[in-house]
Amino acid sequence: MASIYGPVTDWQNDFDHTDPEYNERIHEIWDDLLNSKKCPVAHTERFGGTWLPLTHEYVREIAYDTDHFTSRSVVVSTVKPDDAPIPPMPAPIGAAPPITSDPPFHQEARRLLLPAFAPKMIEPWEKEVEIICHDLIDAMGDREFVDAAVDFAQHIPVQVIARMLGFPLEDADKFRGFVHLVLESVNESPEARQAAFEVFNEYLDRQIQDHKDNPRDDLTTFLMNAEIMGNKLSDEHVRGTIVLILIAGIDTTWSGIGSSLWHLAGHPVDRGRLVDNPDLIPTATEEFLRAYAPVTMARMVKDDHDFHGCPMSKDDWVLLPFPAANRDPEVFDDADKVIIDREENRHAAFGLGIHRCLGSNLARLEMNVATRVFLQRFPDFELAQGEQTKWSVGQVRGPRKMPVRVLARSPRP
Amino acid sequence: MRVHVISEKCQGHNRCYSLAPELFDVDDLGNAFELHDGVVPAGLEDKARLAQKNCPEFAIEITED
Repeated sequence: MASIYGPVTDWQNDFDHTDPEYNERIHEIWDDLLNSKKCPVAHTERFGGTWLPLTHEYVREIAYDTDHFTSRSVVVSTVKPDDAPIPPMPAPIGAAPPITSDPPFHQEARRLLLPAFAPKMIEPWEKEVEIICHDLIDAMGDREFVDAAVDFAQHIPVQVIARMLGFPLEDADKFRGFVHLVLESVNESPEARQAAFEVFNEYLDRQIQDHKDNPRDDLTTFLMNAEIMGNKLSDEHVRGTIVLILIAGIDTTWSGIGSSLWHLAGHPVDRGRLVDNPDLIPTATEEFLRAYAPVTMARMVKDDHDFHGCPMSKDDWVLLPFPAANRDPEVFDDADKVIIDREENRHAAFGLGIHRCLGSNLARLEMNVATRVFLQRFPDFELAQGEQTKWSVGQVRGPRKMPVRVLARSPRP
Repeated sequence: MRVHVISEKCQGHNRCYSLAPELFDVDDLGNAFELHDGVVPAGLEDKARLAQKNCPEFAIEITED
């Protein structure tokens, strides 16, 4: 299916973050938009009106301003929530609480989930993630050419999230299909997407029913029994939160792992440093998160609002490109350089304000372990010559195909 | 030297606890707080500054005695 909008010919006035070119040459496009200085915030008529602030200051300001901007839909698409065939739960709840919720409800829905993702609950997953990573590399056999995205990165978060939700591990392909539906097919017509959403919902209803019949110790059962202010969550709330955990837990970390390995494949000096000194990996991961931040969120304008001279209208979309904020020279020295031992790194890869990524501790753990194991097993590798890395499309950016040539390998310890 | 986490600003990014677990801990929700009433033991001043400079929400205050 194709975009209902044509390819972009004028990036300054008619940008489109879902045009495949956007993620391929993202830094160049931002620099052009920043240099055009037409307005501090870029604008396009696409998607019914969309704004794109590019500085840390403006991204931060909007992320903190829940009075003028609502989270009721955080993925820009051709259809605004009120016009959807089946409208999502209204504000302040939204379709996938708490990411689509506004205060004061947001805090209640978030508080419910925070303990499950707090550092002390996530740390014990390290061994499991390590086994998953080693198993994936074992499955590659002794092939000289492997795909670090398809054979490795894409599987890790899926395996972890399926275990956390108590969903069948063999449904991994389905999950990736749902991710594509929610995040990448956003520029297709609502009618074209509707049938796929029905399949997604039916799948979730089957999983929820299975948990009703066979309750077990996992996040799905936890959500079904959870209460907010003495009331059980509605079926819609449970399903929406599962959608959030499934989608946000998979695509983002897959992209983060992929981008880290993409950098290391192309930078032998950095690769060598981390092979020689694996203790530096957590610091390097923070730099990969800054320089290749996978996630751009979105807000909607609550009521007509003048934002630093930009006439924003009610229900306009506003993209929040945390990756662009992370490249702002006002906040970061050598912002356009990747410095794997950067000590001062206040990056905003996991967002800012009340919607800080709930799964950030898990994402970091998966990224650190994946990089450590990949380098341990493949201490030397490079991007395969003549093969192109294929980047994702839309608000989550990362390699979807990344053929690499393995130059050295070590057995599983 | 003393450190203090401004709880209204902390969103649980967990940078301080990762970088300086001698000075910070996190509660069951993942939000940070300072240990030992915020008193920074001698020799850990650089760690305190490192934690402050890595907080995405600018939620850590340092006061020099």
